[in-house]
Amino acid sequence: MPECRGLGHSVLRKEDPRFLRGQGRYIDDITLPGMLYLDIARSPYAHAKITRIPEVDELGVPGVAAIITGKVLDQYKLAWMPTLMSDQQMVLPIDTVKYQQQEVAAVVATSRYAAADGVAALEGLIEYDPLPVVVDPHKALEPGATKVRDDKESNHIFHWEHGDLEATEKALADADVVVEQAMHLPRIHVASIETCGCLASWNPVEGHLTLYLTTQAPHAIRTVVALVTAHLGLAEHKIRVISPDIGGGFGGKVPVYPGYVIATAASVVTGKPVKWIEDRSENLAADSFARDYHMTAKLGAKDGKVTALKLDTVADHGYSDAAANPSKFPAGLFHVASGSYDLEAAHVAVDGVYTNKPPGGIAYRCSFRVTEAVHAIERMVDLLARESGEDPADFRLRNFIPKESFPYTSALGWEYDSGDYEAALVKAMDMIGYHELRAEQAEKRERGELMGLGISSFTEIVGAGPSKSFDILGIKMFDSAEIRIHPTGKAIARFGTKSQGQGHETTYAQIIAEELGIPPEDIAVEEGDTDTAPYGLGTYASRSTPTAGAAASIASRKIRAKAKKIAAHLLEADEADLEWEQGRFFVKGSPDRGKTIQDIAFAAYTNHPQGMEAGLEAISYYDPPNLTFPFGSYICCVDIDRGTGEVSIRRFVAVDDCGVRINPMIVDGQIHGGLTMGMAPALMEEISYDADGNIHGGNFTEYLVPTAMETPKWELGETVTPSPHHPIGAKGVGESATVGAPAAIVNAVVDALWHLGVRHVEIPITPQRVWGLLDKHGAALYR
Amino acid sequence: MSAHRVTITVNGEPMEREIESRLLLVHFLREELGLTGTHIGCDTTSCGACTVLLDGRPAKSCTVFAVAADGAEVTTVEGLANGGLHPIQQAFMECHGLQCGFCTPGMMLTSKALIEENPDPSEADVRWGISGNLCRCTGYVNIVKAVQQAAATIRSEAGEEADHA
Repeated sequence: MPECRGLGHSVLRKEDPRFLRGQGRYIDDITLPGMLYLDIARSPYAHAKITRIPEVDELGVPGVAAIITGKVLDQYKLAWMPTLMSDQQMVLPIDTVKYQQQEVAAVVATSRYAAADGVAALEGLIEYDPLPVVVDPHKALEPGATKVRDDKESNHIFHWEHGDLEATEKALADADVVVEQAMHLPRIHVASIETCGCLASWNPVEGHLTLYLTTQAPHAIRTVVALVTAHLGLAEHKIRVISPDIGGGFGGKVPVYPGYVIATAASVVTGKPVKWIEDRSENLAADSFARDYHMTAKLGAKDGKVTALKLDTVADHGYSDAAANPSKFPAGLFHVASGSYDLEAAHVAVDGVYTNKPPGGIAYRCSFRVTEAVHAIERMVDLLARESGEDPADFRLRNFIPKESFPYTSALGWEYDSGDYEAALVKAMDMIGYHELRAEQAEKRERGELMGLGISSFTEIVGAGPSKSFDILGIKMFDSAEIRIHPTGKAIARFGTKSQGQGHETTYAQIIAEELGIPPEDIAVEEGDTDTAPYGLGTYASRSTPTAGAAASIASRKIRAKAKKIAAHLLEADEADLEWEQGRFFVKGSPDRGKTIQDIAFAAYTNHPQGMEAGLEAISYYDPPNLTFPFGSYICCVDIDRGTGEVSIRRFVAVDDCGVRINPMIVDGQIHGGLTMGMAPALMEEISYDADGNIHGGNFTEYLVPTAMETPKWELGETVTPSPHHPIGAKGVGESATVGAPAAIVNAVVDALWHLGVRHVEIPITPQRVWGLLDKHGAALYR
Repeated sequence: MSAHRVTITVNGEPMEREIESRLLLVHFLREELGLTGTHIGCDTTSCGACTVLLDGRPAKSCTVFAVAADGAEVTTVEGLANGGLHPIQQAFMECHGLQCGFCTPGMMLTSKALIEENPDPSEADVRWGISGNLCRCTGYVNIVKAVQQAAATIRSEAGEEADHA
């Protein structure tokens, strides 16, 4: 019997050989005969009336076939499209642009270079009347503020709140220590190394659309396209979405971008395939951003015990609410903000605001605003520990939800499935040598050197989600697996999710290997083609393992149940007398009398019992009973240069608990990457706007993605607390580190500067920001 | 737009084409020759996804005109190994030095030049050497490990060849 290498094996990745040879098939690698190229003219203004768009003949650029404008799209009712948050956003403007670099008009041409020439000519000829701009969300809420949206009453999009306000205020009033802090998590961008793009191919004879698309959620996209184009007669069975190899997603490839819609319309109009690949500058300046939460938090304690959290937020959504949240959650899962602590009461509120910036809101390797929530609670717990005169580690250890309390209902109503927070923090402290580093810090402080230690003990919330509360535009957030075992015992498995580098082809094969005893190399895993894969909601929010991974397990068990009947038939034994060992049924007490899964698969097509259907396959649409709650404790040690303000991460220990680990190598890789995307906004990345709405951070010379030089050598540890409700006890891990890391870094920097009187520092913690603080507190060195 | 006849030796094979003077080397490789393993990740020469070897040295092919490579030798990821996997490819796989695979071709070609220049690079040498190539997935830890492992393999292979000589 072949070795099956299921759970817990660091199986080398099945997808690697093609990537290593340059044989991956990414969006821009796909070409079709007669293909045209689309490029987009963009606005130099953050808010302006478009007074003139020239005709195509005026461009005088050879190879340019057409200009597509909002007025053209409006004839087909496609100038606007719905967002996932019941708002709408422009595909192309009919008369007004709302942010700098917004799409204004598109050019279709016979080559990539002709399309770029066409856009250059077009951008020189479009005329505008600039309008007043509002970029500060607080100012946008003031009476008389410039109104961003003509179709809305004001710039206030929504007010959302959760928790018991009265109980929270009472607990804060009764507290003997209360800390309050305002903090801003600025706009950032996922900046996956592959940008977004599509290739739309309309077949006028068949009335069929094939859409190759950089999407993390191909099935949902197909349904959205069908709904948006129903009035044009395009039905869902005539739409095939293919998501090819994806060069990183991180949430940035969940939304529908205007370029996709324009390219599709252009293909329908021209009858030819149309490709659109965005430039990096377009990607950073116009695609979905993340964060931009202005939070004010209050946290109270009585007798050394944390009691209550109040968290008020102004959320800058740009000109449209296009956050890719589950539909019932306008602020995502922000109400996980009570974190790892046993609070009496908590209340969170969010006010969404329109400004003259691009829309979006959550796309940065985070399951729906959890990073914002973790940042708030982990900063506040640190502050509260300090103000209480206590070490932040001791304070956390005393205030954690005790492990005996799980399943635990949080002050904000979530049922945490499992946890052992103390074990993770103690392990991280042991790994980094916490007490020795504290002693070193004290010595260094005597000498005037700046060193800090920061902790973040986060609770994640992933695996969206149970159908009773989680849907996107009404579609429940289950996910799926379909497994077919071929006669020779090899298999194909298809999923409703879509890997963007997470290694699904390997991980899913290992789950099936564990359940059925078929080695991973004998299992082909496919995702991303809506014509072949079962329906699912896609890969984001660390949901693939909790949902589709569970479906793989359940579908495998259905197959095993049928295999048992076939084995009984083959062995001429009673089903009740059979036992399973990995990959084989045998007769109890006669271990030699058995049939392997491969034998059984062959029989399923050649010698199945009379009265039983032939074949060996199963499908599962898994509706998770609860979310999963991965957690961990991170400790960061920083040194700060008093001459330059530079923060360097000397050590960073990350202890993660994601439940049962399927492929430890891949899990560690996910954590390495997540930590780097946690460090990035803490120290480097930001997209900001000046008062006129001009972007800063709109290309890779201004938007600083970490290189190998800035990235420390991450040190990983683990604890394993299986999820009690997931079939294999797994929880998901892709985003934990991005969620948990930033607060550890900020806490470390504040720790290094605490004795100077510094209580908070905003991110990104750039050298100039730190040097400013050092200078203000008389600690800067002038050399 | 003026046209030029160029001969560029790509992965050992001379390629003669008539091209526009402004055609970028990366588009020459991807679109004229169909070698799509070389990727494009930015428009400011920052990310390194398009890195190829130009006469043995790493070059960001999005910022080189194809005419400027006339007469030169170019190595792309497709030419890294004959048949099997090059020690660098093998090490990237074994060390899990890639996830989405988009930066990987450029990262491996930069690493090849780095190892040729410095057969036994320290961790700091590798980090500095690959700092012109962005990776968004791996956090670099396993890439650094892979480059050092590949260097060790190449050293030992060179040692064996010397022993046989």
